[in-house]
Amino acid sequence: MAHQHGITRRDFIRWAVAAPIAASTLESFLPKLAGALQDAIKEYPIIWLQASTCSGCSVSVINTIHPSIKNVILEQVLPGHQLKLMYHGTLMAAAGELSLQAAREAAEKYRGKYVLVVEGAIPTKQNGIFGSLGEKEGKAISMLMWLDQLGRDAMATLAVGTCAAYGGLSAASPNPSGSKGVTDVYKMLNIATPVINIPGCPPHPDWFIGTVAKILLYGMPQPKELDDNGRLKLFYGRSIHSRCIYRDYLDLGIFASNFGQEGCLMELGCKGPFTNADCPVRLWNGSVNWCINAGGPCIGCTEPGFPDAHSPIYQRR
Amino acid sequence: METIRAHVVIDPLTRIEGHLKIEATVENKKVVEAKCAGTLYRGFEQILAGRNPLDAIQITQRFCGVCPTPHAIASAQALENAFGIMPPDNGRVIRNIMQGANYIQSHILHFYHLASLDYFRGPDVPPFIPRYESDYRVPQTVHDQLVSHYVQAYQIRLKAHELSAIWSGKMPHVASMVPGGVSIIPRLDNITTSLWRLKELTDFIDNVYIPDVMTLGEIYRDCFQLGIGNKNLLSFGLFDLDAEPDVMKRKRFFPMGRMTKGKIEPVDAQRITEDVKSSWYDSPSRVHPTRGETMPNPVKKGAYSWLKSPRYEGEVYEVGPLARIAMAYERKTNPKVVQLVDSKLQQLQLGPDALYSVMGRHLARALECKIVADEISSMIMQVKLDEPVCTNHTIPDSAQGMGLWCAARGALGHWIEIKNGKIARYQAVVPTTWNASPKDDKGKPGPIEQAMIGTTVEDTENPFALARIVRSFDPCIACAIHILEPGKSLKKFRVV
Repeated sequence: MAHQHGITRRDFIRWAVAAPIAASTLESFLPKLAGALQDAIKEYPIIWLQASTCSGCSVSVINTIHPSIKNVILEQVLPGHQLKLMYHGTLMAAAGELSLQAAREAAEKYRGKYVLVVEGAIPTKQNGIFGSLGEKEGKAISMLMWLDQLGRDAMATLAVGTCAAYGGLSAASPNPSGSKGVTDVYKMLNIATPVINIPGCPPHPDWFIGTVAKILLYGMPQPKELDDNGRLKLFYGRSIHSRCIYRDYLDLGIFASNFGQEGCLMELGCKGPFTNADCPVRLWNGSVNWCINAGGPCIGCTEPGFPDAHSPIYQRR
Repeated sequence: METIRAHVVIDPLTRIEGHLKIEATVENKKVVEAKCAGTLYRGFEQILAGRNPLDAIQITQRFCGVCPTPHAIASAQALENAFGIMPPDNGRVIRNIMQGANYIQSHILHFYHLASLDYFRGPDVPPFIPRYESDYRVPQTVHDQLVSHYVQAYQIRLKAHELSAIWSGKMPHVASMVPGGVSIIPRLDNITTSLWRLKELTDFIDNVYIPDVMTLGEIYRDCFQLGIGNKNLLSFGLFDLDAEPDVMKRKRFFPMGRMTKGKIEPVDAQRITEDVKSSWYDSPSRVHPTRGETMPNPVKKGAYSWLKSPRYEGEVYEVGPLARIAMAYERKTNPKVVQLVDSKLQQLQLGPDALYSVMGRHLARALECKIVADEISSMIMQVKLDEPVCTNHTIPDSAQGMGLWCAARGALGHWIEIKNGKIARYQAVVPTTWNASPKDDKGKPGPIEQAMIGTTVEDTENPFALARIVRSFDPCIACAIHILEPGKSLKKFRVV
């Protein structure tokens, strides 16, 4: 079994570093949530490692609306719970060694208590030489070494996006950099830290925030709450097809044979029947739309086999 | 005088897209040598070879989650060129809207969330700490305003994603881009809701974004002299205005062109070559993208980057908003560009030459954001309900195609070769490969490297001036490091 669930709810409550946060510097521009007592706020250190990624997962997560990204990174994501983003290569002020030092220090200070978010797959070929982050004594430090170091001491790992979860596009055949998802790398390195997958190319911001909220409020998911691919059934429990808006076209036998036509998109390669996610009811980007409603066949981006299992993308499987 | 030499390494250079390392040799506080290195290889070239040509539109978008739209468009255009088809007016217009929305999102994100923290401290909480000790000289009132705009910009930029998603299904990674046009059937409510989102964006650009850039420009006047670069500019143009099949003759809102020593000249895509002397590849150097190969060699001697060095007739060119705006200004065919640039520069009491600088790039980007927003406002009104959005296609047994376009960060080219109905060869030369390219075979540094050389670095522990220079180019490294070429034999790859 790839996913381990050795962390109890109580452990997770202990995860919170129960020190009151220094709010004075924030007061000038961040209004506090009404009713939340200052000394009741718990901090949750997050280290966000970007490996072989296009950064689309980060770009998608910052699209969160309620809570806003301001609520998520600067305020209490839930009353009494505040995330503390100790390292994030795209958002943090620091650069170079100074930034990496922040990651190392956080891992040291909060050993066993921080959550590691991984975005992107991990290049493993030739000891990970195809992807590096910083250097030590003139030698590049591979992303593989970073994951080894940060993953081992993390309380839990959230594999954000299909690349981090299963290898995704970075690991597509013939996988030139030997990229792997976090669970596979952990197996390779004998790391027992539990992993929750939040796949999608990119993942919907609600899936990320929802997974975080689930953990903060109820602790790590029980095995029965996850599917065989390590995803929360809450978001990935049903197929796209089962709730598709074009089911009536299917029933009536109306199929689009070319792009831009009315009809079920099955003949254009729609992977909705083989793909689990709640896009048809959740919708994307402020609920303005989603792939199939824009005439775009589902490409199966939340699935372990993406993209190879779904190629050719626009041919019926 | 004794020479004091120091070696500065910034790895990773954060607050950009992707993994970039900066190195500089500093002698007596001046940069004498600079190196720009991409530190991740993904190997898209091998991944694409052997696949169905249509897959390229989805796969190439995954170069970059900040700018997937231009890859989708350039890829679709390369396919259309190979298939011998053109999108109908609706398809062309809707693509322009999606692309414009992506520019707005990208420019706002870049200025506030990637670049602006080089100029003000922000509060003393992560992710604002730790930070370089820099010359944060903004007064407290301005500081507080910038912090609040930084936060506001998070909310505004997602409106630009919504504006795109109305037409593209979702963002990042668009669902409705297909060869022959787009797949979305437009409805009336798409038009109305787009216009209102655009209005919110325009209000922000006019009343917050541009004024903030002007404020920083006033306070950091010296940044109009910092990071000048080599002043050669290249653009493939933006927004198709007609359906001319030949991309070199097609009418575009921002026209295709290049500027060498102040003179605007036409572009011939055949004259683009890529050098690999400083790149971790054993492939032949100085060849056109359609003939290039990629043989990664991560231990190659003398190499220091996963990026190749694209050159036009062997010369170094900068791409991006500065290239588009400075050339539009020089051509004087777009009165709005001339008027906007003139009025802002006059306000700052600067001449047009000031655009070639760190702060000039930020200003060009902000003004372009406004111009693009205004332009897509009129494009939204050109969408015709009940008219076709897509031309049907047939995949030929063998064909070649080229797509030339401009991403937010600059000139973008995709080239495809189809054999036996599959991708035999796919190559993309992307904006950051131009800008962050390493030294070429003749030892000529890339645009960012040239912009760093000569810079004063007072404190090598806090090389903030270098970070400011590099970030002003808005590098996108995930885009730049994929080098789409085939392996030597197609048989090596899984054919799907």
